[in-house]
Amino acid sequence: MTAPDPQTAPRQAPEAPPPPIAMLAELTHRCPLSCPYCSNPLELTARSAELSAEEWADAFRQAAALGVLQLHLSGGEPASRRDLEQIVAAAVEAELYTNLITSGVGLTPRRLEALDEIGLDHVQLSLQGVEAGPADQIGGYRGGFARKMEVAREIARIGFPLTINAVMHRRNLDRLEETIELALRLGARRLEVACVQFHGWAMRSRAALLPTREQALRARDVVAEARERLRGVMVIDFVPPDYYAEFPKACMGGWGSTGLNVAPDGRVLPCHAAETIPGLSFDNLRRRPLAEIWLRSEAFAAFRGFDWMEEPCASCERKTRDFGGCRCQAQAMTGRASATDPTCSRSPDRAALDAALREAAEAGAEAPLVPRAPAPG
Amino acid sequence: MSAPGPARNRAPAPPAPIDPAARPALPRGVRVRWDAVRQGWVLLAPERALRLDQIGVAILERADGARSFADIVADLAAAYDAPPERIAADAGRFLSALAARRMIELRP
Ligand code: SF4
Repeated sequence: MTAPDPQTAPRQAPEAPPPPIAMLAELTHRCPLSCPYCSNPLELTARSAELSAEEWADAFRQAAALGVLQLHLSGGEPASRRDLEQIVAAAVEAELYTNLITSGVGLTPRRLEALDEIGLDHVQLSLQGVEAGPADQIGGYRGGFARKMEVAREIARIGFPLTINAVMHRRNLDRLEETIELALRLGARRLEVACVQFHGWAMRSRAALLPTREQALRARDVVAEARERLRGVMVIDFVPPDYYAEFPKACMGGWGSTGLNVAPDGRVLPCHAAETIPGLSFDNLRRRPLAEIWLRSEAFAAFRGFDWMEEPCASCERKTRDFGGCRCQAQAMTGRASATDPTCSRSPDRAALDAALREAAEAGAEAPLVPRAPAPG
Repeated sequence: MSAPGPARNRAPAPPAPIDPAARPALPRGVRVRWDAVRQGWVLLAPERALRLDQIGVAILERADGARSFADIVADLAAAYDAPPERIAADAGRFLSALAARRMIELRP
C-alpha cells in the first residue's frame, strides 16, 4: 500500500533536498506547430546546439543514479529528432519510466512500432481542438488534426497507454464535453484538461486566450461530473485557469524539490519557464555532473525551502501546501520572482491580475493570437 | 510521491467492494520496481510514482491476472497469519483505489 509521502512533508533543511522524482528532457525546440500558447522560452535553442543522443544517454544514467524514476521526453516536438529511437532506447536502458510527449506530427506507424519494440512506456498526445478547422488554426499546421487522429489510432492498435493533453483556453473551453468524449473515443486512459498558463510566449496572446469567469466555473462543473461518470474508465486531471482561483497552484510541488528540466542544449532548469526569471544562472550538463547541479546549482537553491519568501507568504499557514505559487508567474506579473503569486487572493499585487482580466474582457472573443515563431535552424 | 506536472486533484475513493472472482492485474504501462536510491518498492504509472509498503508489494506480486481476489486474500491471510476479513478489507480498499486511477485492472 502507499505510505505517506516524505517528499511532500515540509522540509526544514533546504540545503539537503531529497532526490528528484522526475526529469523533463526537452530534446529539441524544433516543432512543426506554432501554438500561440507555446511554453518554450522566447529565445529558442538552435539545432546545432542540441545535445547528442550520446549526451542524452549519459544524462539519463546520471538521472537514474540520482533517483529520477520518471522521464518525460518533450520539446518542441521530440519526433523532430531523427535519433528519437536511439534516445528512447537509452532511457529504457537506464530503467526510467519513459513518457513521450508529442503532437503526433512526425510519428509514422513504423516509428511507433519501433518505439514499442524498444520499450517506450507511455505516450502523451496533445490536442489543440476537437475538429480540424479550429485545431489546425491554433496549431498553425494544416492537416495536423487529421494526422493526430491517425497517430492516436496507431497508438491504440499497438496498445501504448495513452494520455490526451488538451490545452484549453477561451476559444475552446466551451467545447470541453466534446473534448472529453474525443479523448474517450481515442482510448485515453488519462486526460489532462490543461488551461493555458501565462508566461513566456503565451503572454502575448493573453487577452485572447484567458477564459471568462463563466467559462472557468462551467469547466469546473463539467470536469467534476465527468470524473464521477468515468471513474475507473478515464482519469481526468484538471489544471484550472488559475486567474480565477482563490489560491495558486503548488507549482512543481515546490521549487527544486521533485523535478528538474533539461533544455535542448544541456542547461538544467528547476522548471521549464525558469529562464523568464532574470538573474538566475543555470548550470550545464556538459560542464557539471547532474547530482552536483541538483544539490548545489544556484538556480535550484534560489527558491528552495521557505527562506526566500516575502510577506504574506512568509507567515502564511498555506505555504507548505502551495509554496507561494508559481515563481515565473510572480515574475511575469509583478516583476519580482519572490513575490506572492498574484493569483493568490492574499497577494498585495491583485491589481496586476485584475488589469489582465479587464484587458481580456475588453478584447472580446476575436482578439488576435500571436503564433509561435520557429526555432532557428 | 508524485511527479511534478498538472494538479493531481485526487478524487476521494469510496471503497467499492471487489468481486471475489475478479482477477486483478497490472495493465500495460504500470509496473512495480525496486528504487535503489530510496531503498524501497515503487509503483510506476503514467505521471505517478507511489511508494509501496510491504503489504502493497505482497498484494501486487499476486495480482498476476490469473489469481482471483479471493485466492489472493486467502494466500495473504495464510502468509501473514492475519484474519481474512481484515486482509479482504485492506486489500480491497488498496486495489479499488488503484482501479479508480486505472493503475490496476480487475478482470472478470
Ligand atoms: S499567501 Fe502565499 S503561501 Fe499563503 S496562500 Fe497565498 S501564495 Fe500560498
